[in-house]
Amino acid sequence: MRLQYPSNIKIILVPCTGKVDVLYILRAFEKGADGVYVVGCLEGDCHFDNGNFRARKRVEQAQKILDVIGVGGERAQMYNLSSSEAPRFAEIAIEMDEKIRALGPSPIKAAKQKAA
Amino acid sequence: MIVADKKPIEEIIEEIKNHEKILILGCNECVTVCEAGGKKEVGVLASALRMYFLNQGKQVKIDEITLERQCDHEYLEEIRDRMDQYDAVVSLACGVGVQFMAEKYHSTPIYPGVNTCFLGVTEERGLWTERCQACGHCILASTGGICPVARCAKRILNGPCGGSTKGKCEIDKEIDCAWQLIIDRLKALDRLDEYEELCPLKDWSTDRAGGPRKVVREDVQQ
Repeated sequence: MRLQYPSNIKIILVPCTGKVDVLYILRAFEKGADGVYVVGCLEGDCHFDNGNFRARKRVEQAQKILDVIGVGGERAQMYNLSSSEAPRFAEIAIEMDEKIRALGPSPIKAAKQKAA
Repeated sequence: MIVADKKPIEEIIEEIKNHEKILILGCNECVTVCEAGGKKEVGVLASALRMYFLNQGKQVKIDEITLERQCDHEYLEEIRDRMDQYDAVVSLACGVGVQFMAEKYHSTPIYPGVNTCFLGVTEERGLWTERCQACGHCILASTGGICPVARCAKRILNGPCGGSTKGKCEIDKEIDCAWQLIIDRLKALDRLDEYEELCPLKDWSTDRAGGPRKVVREDVQQ
């Protein structure tokens, strides 16, 4: 299909979104990510039954923490799509890229540069 | 196990905001099982605090260590040579661990990172319920293995009271009447005749009413 999506998105593969922990999301922000989104299978379609539901809960947990520490919970998002939906994948990537660009760089990244 | 719940991050930030070198100290026992103060929770809290202080423009060092236990000398000794690096410790152990840390390291402030709740069980992941109040004189033998001290709101020893309706307690429709559970259990064990026997006055001196308690076992003392 040769679909295009923003090149600033780094994909981290996990066997199932159920593997994604709150800590993974926080560490990404700590390392300077401007936004993190988890892309899981469609709800009800998890091969492991509830991996994507677990991921959603963990993203919500991360959002709460990010709100408290002043980074902003909206920088972490959860999306669901089927593995055959490549156009939707590209669409989500563009949507997330636009959302984060509107929010601006992560305050953590700026603070890290200032501290260095 | 001892069941604890996480403290809100805002509260922990308030506790430690004036310190610059902080150790987040987890415990590998009960608080790990109830997902309040184990290695993972230490990682999450430390990461959140590092980002918070960085965002505030403060240079704060935040390290993570998780000990096997915080209620035994030998494990607390493991960090003795590192304690001089920190001006505060947030202990994610239960209240016992926090206090033992404070007793051992007099000159470093130790702050609690969890709220210690009760002695209980994991009914399912994310649901922990109380089973024991450590009254010091166990009566489970005569109550079919269900504790009226921990599970009856009134702690009555000859129940149920008049507030028991359809097997539920009057304080909350979600809470089982402990005495209904006891009666059902004794019936299932074909020991209902024991229910007729009155429980004598309980010696509460072994409970908290007698002040802080201790267990002395000379046979195992060195």
